[in-house]
This record gives sequence, C-alpha cells and structure tokens, in this order.
Amino acid sequence: MKVELLHIHKHFGPREAGVRANDDVSMTVEAGTIHGLLGENGAGKSTLVKMLSGFITRDSGTILLDGRAVEIKTPTDAIRKGVGMLHQDPMDFPPLTVLENFMAGKAHAGIFINRRADANQLKSLSQQFNFTLNPNAHVNELTVGERQQLEILRLLSLGAQTLILDEPTTGISAFQKTSLFAALKLLAQQGKSIIFVSHKLEDVEALCDEVTVLRRGKLIGTTRVPCPPSQLVEMMFGKVLATPTKPQTAGEQMALQIQQAVIKTDTFDLQIDHLNVQRGEVIGLAGLEGSGQSEFLLACAGVARYHSGSLNIHSVDMTHKPYRQFLEAGVCYLPADRLKDGLVAGLSISDHVALRTPQRSVFINHAESLSTAEKAISTFNIRGRPESHVERLSGGNQQRTQLALMPNPLNLILMEHPTRGLDIESTIWVWQQLIARCQQGTAILFASSDLDEIMQYSDRVLVFSGGRVAPAVAATQLNVDTLGQMIGGKF
Amino acid sequence: MPAAFYRIGAIVIALVLIILIALASGEAPLSIATALWNGAFGTFDQIGRVGSTLTVLLLCSTGLIYTFNAGLYNLGIEGQISLGAIAATLGLRLFGEALPAPVAIALAIVLGMAGGMLWGLLAGALKVFGKISEIFAGLGLNFVAQGLAIYLIFGPWKRPGVASSSGTEPFKDTLWLGTFGQTEATPVGLALALIAIVATIIILRGTYFGLKLRAVGRNLRASYILGIPATRQLLSAFVICGALAGLGGAIQVLGNFHRLTPTISGNLGFLGLLVVMLSSFDPRLVLPIAFFFSAINVGSLQLPLVLERVDSSISGVIQGMLVLFALIGRGLAEVRGKN
Repeated sequence: MKVELLHIHKHFGPREAGVRANDDVSMTVEAGTIHGLLGENGAGKSTLVKMLSGFITRDSGTILLDGRAVEIKTPTDAIRKGVGMLHQDPMDFPPLTVLENFMAGKAHAGIFINRRADANQLKSLSQQFNFTLNPNAHVNELTVGERQQLEILRLLSLGAQTLILDEPTTGISAFQKTSLFAALKLLAQQGKSIIFVSHKLEDVEALCDEVTVLRRGKLIGTTRVPCPPSQLVEMMFGKVLATPTKPQTAGEQMALQIQQAVIKTDTFDLQIDHLNVQRGEVIGLAGLEGSGQSEFLLACAGVARYHSGSLNIHSVDMTHKPYRQFLEAGVCYLPADRLKDGLVAGLSISDHVALRTPQRSVFINHAESLSTAEKAISTFNIRGRPESHVERLSGGNQQRTQLALMPNPLNLILMEHPTRGLDIESTIWVWQQLIARCQQGTAILFASSDLDEIMQYSDRVLVFSGGRVAPAVAATQLNVDTLGQMIGGKF
Repeated sequence: MPAAFYRIGAIVIALVLIILIALASGEAPLSIATALWNGAFGTFDQIGRVGSTLTVLLLCSTGLIYTFNAGLYNLGIEGQISLGAIAATLGLRLFGEALPAPVAIALAIVLGMAGGMLWGLLAGALKVFGKISEIFAGLGLNFVAQGLAIYLIFGPWKRPGVASSSGTEPFKDTLWLGTFGQTEATPVGLALALIAIVATIIILRGTYFGLKLRAVGRNLRASYILGIPATRQLLSAFVICGALAGLGGAIQVLGNFHRLTPTISGNLGFLGLLVVMLSSFDPRLVLPIAFFFSAINVGSLQLPLVLERVDSSISGVIQGMLVLFALIGRGLAEVRGKN
C-alpha cells in the first residue's frame, strides 16, 4: 500500500507558546519499500507516526492511502484501513498465551471462538516468516524479540498493509535482528510498505531503501540509501554544535566510581564497565530518550538497584545500600517529571521547604519555613508565593522550585533534563548556579535531549545508544560527526 | 464555572433528592425533619444517646483522618473497633474483681486501645510488606474480628446457662463508666474523643509527622525521592487509627453496652468513613459533621414511632446521599472547576 503524508502540521500547547511538533512535513512511502525515519530527540518522528497509526489527530495536511484521502481517528480505525504499528514496548498481554494474544482484537463472526482456525493461521504465518513461536507459551515468558514477532503476525492477520516499527532493534539479540530484517524484506516483496523509525544508523543503512530525516519538527530531506553516513549525521544534527564553555572545575578526589555495572531496564541490560567521576566534574549523558539514561541516574541515586557491579561515592562502597544512606552521603536526584516524581501536588512551596529542612523539633517552625521559602523564591526568581501550591506553578517555575529545594552542600547531583521548560535566560542562570556548586566540589551527572547543552556544560560525555554506553569522551574532542555517529550506534 | 459552584451545587441537588424521597414516602418533609429533631434533642435521654454515639463516631473519624491523609482506605476500622471491645472485655474479666474499679476501667481502656492498635498494625503490615490492598486486608480482618467476637460470646465467655446472642454476661455496675445523669453519654468518653480531635487538628497542620503523612498520601513516589520513608508513615497511620478505634470499642463496652455483643462496632466505623469523606479529610470539619450524623442516627430511631410511613433507615439515605453528591461535586470541581 502506498502511503503519502502531505504538509502535515501538528502543534501542542497554547496558541502563542507551545511546541510545533510537526511543521509542514511531507513523506511518501511507495508500496513494496522500506522507508526509514530518522531524527534526534524532539524531532517529531513519534508525533508523525502516531498520527498515521491513529493515536493523535493532525492539525492540517493530508494523508493518502493508495491515493485515497483518509481520516484516521483511532488506532482501531487505522488497523481497519491497513496501518499497523509495532511499538517500542510491545503492547501485548503478558499473562495470556501466544495464541490468545494472537486472537485478541480480531473481529470474529459469531459468539464462540474458533481456536483451531486461529491456531492454523498463526502456524502458517509463522512458517512464512521463519518465526518459531509456541502457541501455548505465556507471553511473559517470551523475549522482547519474540514478542515483536508475535505482534507483527497479529497485525498481519488483521490485514495490515503498512507496518510502522518504532525503534525495533533495541533489546533484541543479533540473531533475532537478522530474522526481523529478513521478515521485513519479505513483507516488502509482498507489496507491503514499511516505515522503520530508528536512530541506529547501521540498521537504517542495512535495511532501508529510502530515508526521511526530521529535525526540530521540520523536514530536512529525503535521500536514497546507501549514502555516506556523515550525510545522514549532518541532516540529523546540523552542521555545528555549540562550543564547550564550561570552566575547569574538576578536583583531585573521586566523587563517583562505577565498576562492571549492569542495570536492568524493561527491554535490555545496560552495561557500564568503568566510570570514574572526579569532584567538581560534570558528565553529560547524551543519546535518544529511552536508551537507559534514566535507569542509570536512578541507580546512581540509590533509588534503583544495580543488578551487579559496584558503586563508590567518595570512596565509600554504596552498592546495594538503602536510599536513605545515599541521601546522607550527599546525593541529590532531580527527576524529569517534576510533578509526578519530584514535587508533591497539593502542598505549597513552604511545605516543601519544611520537608527539606532538617527536623529539630516535633512542631514545624512555620515562620522559619516561610522566610526560607521567601528567600528561595527571590533567589531563584520563582513566580509564585510561599503558600502557592506547586501544581499551580508553570513547568519552568516547578523546575526552579526543585533546584531551590536542593540541599547545600552536596557531593553528587543527578539530574534529568535540568533545563527543560526554561527559557534561554533561565537556562544560563541555572547553569551558573550549578557551576558555582561544581567549584565547591559537587560532581554533576545530567541527562539532556539538547546536544548544545551537553556540549556547553559537560567536561565529559557518555553516549547511550541501543542499550550500550560508549566510554566517556571529553567534550572538547567531540564534533557533530563523532557525536552523531556515536548516538547512531557506532562506537 | 468556579469550583465552589460544583461543590455547593452538588449538596443542593442531594438535598432536593432527599426531599423528593421524603415526599415519595407520603409524609411531608417538614414533619420528617421535625420528627428527626425531636428524636435527637427532645429529651435528655435522647441528647445523651446522641452524645454516646458521637463519642465513638468521633473517635473513629479522628482515626480515619490519619489513614485517609496517608492515602489509605482503612475499611478494616470495624474490626479495629471490635478488637478494642474484645480486649477491653478481656481486661474487665481479668481485673474487674482483683483491682479497684477505676484502675480496672483504666486498664480496660488501655487494653482496648492496644487491641485496636494490633488489628490496625496487622492490616498495615499486610499492606506494606505483603503488598495487599488495605481494602481487602481490612475487610478480611473485619470478618475475622466478627468471628472472634461471636466465638467468645457463644463459647468461652457465654452467659451462665444458655448462650445468648445479646452478648456476654453484663458487668456489675461498679465497672460501668460514669455517665451524665441518667443518660447514656459518658464524660470520660466524650472528653477523650474531643481531646483526640483537637490534638489531630494540631498534629496534622503543625507537626512534621502530619506534613510527612500528607505528603506520602498525595504522592508516594515524590515523597520517597524527597527522603520520606513511606513505610514508617503508613504504619503509623494504621497504628494511630487502630488505637482510636480500639478506644471507641472499649467505650462501647464500658459505657454503652456494659458487655460484649456480636455487633459491638455498630457500623460506626463505616459511618466514620462517610464522615471523613464528607469532610474532604480536613480535621476541622469532622466534629460538626460527626455531630450531624449522630443526631440523624439517633433521631431516625423515633421516626417509625411518630410517623406511620417512614422507617428509621431513612437516616442511611440522608447520610449516603450527602456523601455521594459531595464526592461527585468535588470530582467535578477538580476536573472542570476554575480557581
């Protein structure tokens, strides 16, 4: 089936502010081809495919399937029109069996289930693509790759003529990847069209016929594959990255030492052989979201557990110690989702200040928390009053509140997206505060989607890609090409 | 639409519906209201009954303030009252003869609190360590407590001669809590209940414990990240609620019934849930609401005697309607209300 997306616009948020997720994006996928969709964090590729698969509706633009204009209102509508999407986290039912998952969502005639007919269909489809799936196994016993295979067969049985795959190669074995690629090529030969959303350059080069690159919501271009990898990198990231502007603040002693660590995420095992972070050093964690940066920060903060390996903070072994000891060791974790993980909706700014103040008596000293809150509000320029509930503050002000609540001094700060939602001026001011802390000896690890921020403020950069972590590289030794290739999985 | 519109509008709708139901019974709503008032406040005996209901209801509601603010639905409160009653009865049976009456009574009160605490702690442990919903754990433990009470009443503690479903052998009157004159209300009980609610108002707003409890109840994850250990807060809430409910149970035995009965908790635990839900978990509203509900409970007992066509169960209709619509109003206010 031929898919054409013409002049798609999608905007999130209020009229004047907000985000242009897709700004006049057009893409054509011919029947029988595999079309790659590349882009960095926030490029708009998820938004684009969600519109095609029925999860969100477009603001303007046209979608044509085999030349006919269509309106795709819901995911059910999409599959009825022949568009099926394979998500990064398989959307299946783990407690049920493979056969039951395969049968789910089908329009059956009559009241009774015809197990035999569906089982036969499953078997013949499996054989066609050389997948080995045991119909009676429970899905929670399968590997990620096998769950993917099941989902592909299920979508095909529902009549999908176009398959969208979202980052399918993270967390599957090399053998399963070969299997998957062979199946996709066979599907293309059968006349189906495939949209392959990925950030892994070598997968795109191996599999796709054509590639569309998005950046910051805009279409950068479409090119045939094979093409020089540096061309793809330049299209994804642009020509120039910001230059490192961070002053030297690293001290002699070790703040954080990690050896042979393995962290388990939902889909893959993250492995870090070796990382030494000095006092006052800033390490930027780069890479696509969902590549393990969150899990790594949570493990360093003591909130999540390392599966194996050791973690030292200021030469004290903190492996498997409870979170309380990490807090006492001067570690502070600032999550990305402020209202869900970092602040308590329903409590005011001065309530949060009171919670953070070391307890000296049974009763709260309201006057003291009020004055501390007022000081924090003026220092951090928070638009709110001490009695304002935190959920009423804007996103940017919630972030300022989180930063204001950090204890002083600290040994290690772990942050996810420290300046998300802040304007340029606030971003510069926040980093001034953080660098001042570095000068006092605090080490910082931060994850960010903004490569410019990573380049400007990191001493060294760790790149996370597809379940692997590259050895740390000094920011001064990075340029668009090397960083882009590393994010694309080549290291 | 401002948020207050939804909240007040909902209560108004509830009142209109109550009036319609009253009309459907064939009696004038005004005569029902008058009968309720007279039933609650007409004589000193009845006022005393309101007072004795209020004592236990207030204790339970105060306890539930802690669990609700911790984000818990402590449906096990009925069992916690029963265990308090059982423990207090045990205390009087053991020490009623051996020790002077005031000491025995005080001991029974303490044992009652301990019994309720134990039952609350059990539900809490199942929740925190067994990851079992406190609703299921609570309801299950309610059954166990009920069974235990019935077993004791028909078994080891049965009345001499034939076991009776009206309860154990009543205690001699030296072991009764002193009352206001000839009424059922006990000054000791009422005082303890009032002290509890006042202390709770102070604790919830003015202490670190109260603040941490509220934080955990609103966002468990963020509270954890900010360094508040959830386990300690949740278990504390169960223990405090259990203690107060157990105290309520003890007072039911010592002050109202003077024996252990199969329905010693009198559904006051569940009624307490309604009181606290109507109060939006704010301890300052608990006393007036509990007083109102107690008055309706007691007043409605007179209804079938005074009016031909209305039964005392209309009290449940009134209380339930109010809470249901208050919750609807609050939900709408949160989703659509502007502030």
